[in-house]
Amino acid sequence: MRSVVNKRVLAGVSLSTVAALTLTACGGSKIESTDVAEADGCGTFNIAINPWVGYEANAAVLAHVAETELGCKVVKKDLKEEIAWQGFGTGQVDAIVENWGHDDLKQKYIEDQKTAVSAGSTGVEGIIGWYVPPWMAEEYPDITDWNNLNEYAHLFETTESGGKGQLLDGDPSFVTNDEALVKNLELDYQVVYAGSEPALIQAFRQAEEKKEPVLGYFYDPQWFLSEVELVKVNLPEYQEGCDADPEQVACDYPVYDLDKIVSKSFADANGPAYQLVDNFNWTNADQNLVARYIAQDNMSPEEAAEKWVEANQDKVEAWLPQS
Amino acid sequence: MSADTAVEPRGQVNEAQTPVISVRNLWKVFGPNAERVPGSAELAGLSRRELRERARCTAAVREVSFDVAPGEVFVVMGLSGSGKSTLVRCLTRLIEPTAGEVVFEGEDILRADKRRLRELRRRKFSMVFQHFGLLPYRTVVDNVGYGLEIRGAGRAERIRRANEVIDLVGLDGYENAYPDQLSGGMQQRVGLARALAGDPDVLFFDEPFSALDPLIRRDMQNEVIRLHRQVGKTMVFITHDLSEALKLGDRILLMRDGNVVQAGTGDELVGAPADDYVRDFVQDVPRADVLTLRWIMRPSRDSDQLDGPELGPGMIVRDAVRTVLAADRPVRVVENGELLGVVGHEEVLDIVAGNQAGA
Amino acid sequence: MATTTMTGASTRTTPRRRITKPLAVVGVLALWFVAWTLLRGQDMLELPRATLTELHHWLNDVNDSVGASRNSNPLFLYFFNEIRAVMDALVTFVQGLIAQPAYGRPVPVLGWLGVVALVSYVSWVFANWRVALLAAGGFILFGLQGLWQESMDTLALTLVAVFVSLLFGIPLGILAGVSDRFHRLITPVLDLMQTMPTFVYLAPLTLVFLIGPASATIATLIYAMPPAIRITAHGIRSVPAPPVEATDSFGATRRQRLTKALLPLSKRTIVLGVNQTIMAALAMVTVAALIDAPGLGKTVIKALQTTDVGTAFNAGVAIVVMAIVLDRVTTAASVRAEQGGGEVDPRIRRLLLAGFGLVAAVCSYLSYTYLWASEFPEGGQLGEYLSQGATTVTTWAQHHLADLTSAVKDGVTIALLNPLEALLAESPWWLMGAVIVLLAALVGNLRAAAVAAVCVGLLVGSGLWNASMVTLAMTLVATLLVVTLGVVVGVWMGRSNRADRVIRPVLDAGQTMPAFVYLIPVVALFSVSRFSAIVAGVVYAAPVAIKIVADGVRAIPESTVEAATAAGSNTWQTITKVQLPMARQSLLLATNQGLIYVLSMVVIGGLVGAGALGYEVVAGFSQGQLYGKGLAAGAAIVVLGIMLDRIARAAGQRSDRASTAAQS
Repeated sequence: MRSVVNKRVLAGVSLSTVAALTLTACGGSKIESTDVAEADGCGTFNIAINPWVGYEANAAVLAHVAETELGCKVVKKDLKEEIAWQGFGTGQVDAIVENWGHDDLKQKYIEDQKTAVSAGSTGVEGIIGWYVPPWMAEEYPDITDWNNLNEYAHLFETTESGGKGQLLDGDPSFVTNDEALVKNLELDYQVVYAGSEPALIQAFRQAEEKKEPVLGYFYDPQWFLSEVELVKVNLPEYQEGCDADPEQVACDYPVYDLDKIVSKSFADANGPAYQLVDNFNWTNADQNLVARYIAQDNMSPEEAAEKWVEANQDKVEAWLPQS
Repeated sequence: MSADTAVEPRGQVNEAQTPVISVRNLWKVFGPNAERVPGSAELAGLSRRELRERARCTAAVREVSFDVAPGEVFVVMGLSGSGKSTLVRCLTRLIEPTAGEVVFEGEDILRADKRRLRELRRRKFSMVFQHFGLLPYRTVVDNVGYGLEIRGAGRAERIRRANEVIDLVGLDGYENAYPDQLSGGMQQRVGLARALAGDPDVLFFDEPFSALDPLIRRDMQNEVIRLHRQVGKTMVFITHDLSEALKLGDRILLMRDGNVVQAGTGDELVGAPADDYVRDFVQDVPRADVLTLRWIMRPSRDSDQLDGPELGPGMIVRDAVRTVLAADRPVRVVENGELLGVVGHEEVLDIVAGNQAGA
Repeated sequence: MATTTMTGASTRTTPRRRITKPLAVVGVLALWFVAWTLLRGQDMLELPRATLTELHHWLNDVNDSVGASRNSNPLFLYFFNEIRAVMDALVTFVQGLIAQPAYGRPVPVLGWLGVVALVSYVSWVFANWRVALLAAGGFILFGLQGLWQESMDTLALTLVAVFVSLLFGIPLGILAGVSDRFHRLITPVLDLMQTMPTFVYLAPLTLVFLIGPASATIATLIYAMPPAIRITAHGIRSVPAPPVEATDSFGATRRQRLTKALLPLSKRTIVLGVNQTIMAALAMVTVAALIDAPGLGKTVIKALQTTDVGTAFNAGVAIVVMAIVLDRVTTAASVRAEQGGGEVDPRIRRLLLAGFGLVAAVCSYLSYTYLWASEFPEGGQLGEYLSQGATTVTTWAQHHLADLTSAVKDGVTIALLNPLEALLAESPWWLMGAVIVLLAALVGNLRAAAVAAVCVGLLVGSGLWNASMVTLAMTLVATLLVVTLGVVVGVWMGRSNRADRVIRPVLDAGQTMPAFVYLIPVVALFSVSRFSAIVAGVVYAAPVAIKIVADGVRAIPESTVEAATAAGSNTWQTITKVQLPMARQSLLLATNQGLIYVLSMVVIGGLVGAGALGYEVVAGFSQGQLYGKGLAAGAAIVVLGIMLDRIARAAGQRSDRASTAAQS
């Protein structure tokens, strides 16, 4: 019995081998070695990818142009901001293409270590502030004025807020003055740290769906705003220098000019990739469109970039190095 | 009391020979600063309990001395906790003794360096363990050849020698079995074969049969007796079982709380217990099976008719019963033509009926 | 009963009763409560979010100086850089073999067909045909999910991390097995490696080893090596004495004793260590993606940015499947290692080995040469189905279950968590510290109390006392839930083989499914709250506790249960009077491990609203100026872990002695 089985097994083995070898003979396309196309003049372009979709949109478009128009070999590195900045010093990152403020990092890497330099504005404006879901703005129109927030504090009470209204803070990457704001504006609120952007988004999404009250820290541009149009609450208007002392802040956040940061050596080499980054400039609407392709239409960043570039050749022309 | 009191071994051993192992004032103390205990007259005199309270030490072996003659089966007996297992481990330094001397073939083992000690263990001693200590992932043949492997013997030689001893212990046919496929008794045969494989001078047995069923145990005891006759090795045998000690031992060392209570042949222990502890210990022994005529004979009286049958003093009582009872006059106990005493019906019946008067 | 009526009848009947330990504990708790009502809110040592202490600034400076000196410091030039080079080379090599285009080819050396064939062949050779089939199925699934390359990247990184972990872990484990001194020395280091949150050392790692595979691998192996060391040491230490003594008695050298007795006899346990190392390495996959580690982790993180639960789940499933395949193969290999090959005639096996080997070789060759065998065919819709399924389920759950789940959340938070947190965090620090030390002395021993005192000191010194107490409250509640689940489900699994078979894969999934995948569903069900953090901790920690309890119940000798049945016990009596008491050791272990696992999820909790230490660590990772504070928070988590572990162990030993004393 056993020997029969084994004969069968062996027969199977040899048969399948033969079959496989036959397949070898007849086919399928063979794998050809590729000659590594040495990109002339451009070389490798290391672009950091910070973890939010708007950034990804900038980077995808830049990478697409660098690859197709300039023939660069683009290497994308998925990194949080702090680590990306560190990468300037080690020569592993050439460019960060959307930077929200980060004066501390600028001080450390541009002023002190001199490993990074600014490459100008992206043209995108960053707005940080407190937001409520649209249904609340409709239901309580005066809620968008901070002076009325205390009246509504009871609506925002949760198990986490210790009897006060809950102000939901988000991604720890963003600078927040909210604890100071609550104190200095004498608001009856407690800051609760959601801890991550996805948690924050989910909280807002659910609040809108179920018509539940939420007041939270958010920012624009952000792809989620095209899903749910959060409404900003107006804090006392920002004036130059009103946020100088973090302890005493009692005004809204400034409008950020989102800029590009590149490594010193990348800038000094002044290659085509650097010039592209330096010239890059578009609008909130442009970025939101690409971000929308990625986040809601489930395109890959490459596809999204390609689609946008095809439709906006004129803008792209203006970014290309003048030679 | 120590064992160098002259006793006549039951086997063919000549006490005049130099001993194979000679142990002098051996101590093993467990606990902090153990080494100060044997040297200090004050501490050394304490009872086990006092010592634990005073010095947080336990003396497992205290000032033990004895000799083992070549070719004899020397039994160390005691209840659990008496220190016997520690003692046997001290002899090969599996446990490092605290003080004393262990002279093996003229060499103090306690002074041997690591390399020498290893050499002795590889060539001169081997041991059989209570829980067998077989390696479960090796076949019988590889277990038996293990000691040879440790000493660096080639594979062919190992297998040849292992097969020899496997035959010797009656395991042929099981060469390629794994230990967990064997019964306890057979596993211990593997242990025995493993110990014999290296052709050591001395075999140590640490309660080798106490984990076995009574019937198997008896078989294994007989096996040891047979092997002893066949290979004639010196054996040091640890047991808590008095009947086993009496059955196997040429001489027996009885331990209690780390001390030697009595040392001597089996009939000495039964016939002349050193103290109440020993007396208690041996009281259930069928005396007729152990005692020799020497122990029950009485001086001849004038009234005795001295023409009865003649027997040697070393004859065990049980074997003499028939002769004594068949004779109508006392049996004469004669050694080298000299009349040592006589044994009559009364003496024999006392013993057979378990009467304590003979002690 | 007796304790509740203590003040009544029982005191009257035994008026001169000595103060017993339980009574003393109750006394301490009562005093604490009274003091708390009087002193509540004083000396809480709260530290505002943006405020840093001296220590935090100092840690920032240390971090900066490391970065600044990396081009001049010889330690970097001749040591770290060398390590990085070797690691990079290793990972790149394996990636080139199975995952990434390499050696001037547009595809890796081995395509999917070759990898599947080789993995199945190796699984069959070292384990058995059943797990070989499982491995083949699992790997083909990666392809069908549309995640072939990501899976191979993850596999490459995992293999290298595991290889290096074992290369150093097993020898260190052996050393810790034979040397008590080394064992004592390395245990706290291992505690540190296992409970220090990865987020804390991720950023410095990229400074030291740069951004790239080396840093990712090292981050992974810091977490993955401790099980290899611990379990190897445990294996060596639990080798039964008789064979080792026998080996010594034959004059074995130290080396012979190791190679001929200790290692072969602990082989099975050591393979278990390999197994745990693989699991730990896979658990790090998503976190390492934060420093550009390639593979499935990246897919998860990217999906998270767009709150795309489906895609994250799809990748999560691939990680779970990889974990299960590797787990089952190594487990089967260890069983085989112990029991030997078994029934097949060696000659026939040799023939089969050669035959299947040939097939695997041909498949490998094909996948080297032809495109169809190299790139996994497109068109597998499975990934999309999985994504859509997960999205549908999540959406359904958040619409239909959210009311129920938020009621549960509110209930637990109001009834349990808030009071506990108020008690722990709003007591003056000196009162709370004293209570901890006293309780450690009472339920444990003086040694545990000393450790607790040092830990309290360190927590105060970290500047994060208040956050630590908030985290402690959450940890205790989570551990309570974990132990409850552990007992209920564990006993059920221990008693029923069918339950075991069904539940075990679910537990495996709970343990290996990256937390990032269920972050959003958890928030959807329990909103941004401390309870969400507790849920994340429970999902991760309960499987371990359940498995330990189940194994403990299963290990009870059948005769004992039989005796109970024979005595007429009903099921409930059998469980409460026989099985649970006899599985005491396992319950203790389950509590202890549950605690440690809950603590290791504190950081994930920080991502869903836990605040406290978890948030500080995340913030420290995200913002350079908060780095020092984050590091201190990470250290505080480690300190909490060590403190709770040592107290629990001392209490366990104590009750052990008590129960043996009661028996004798």
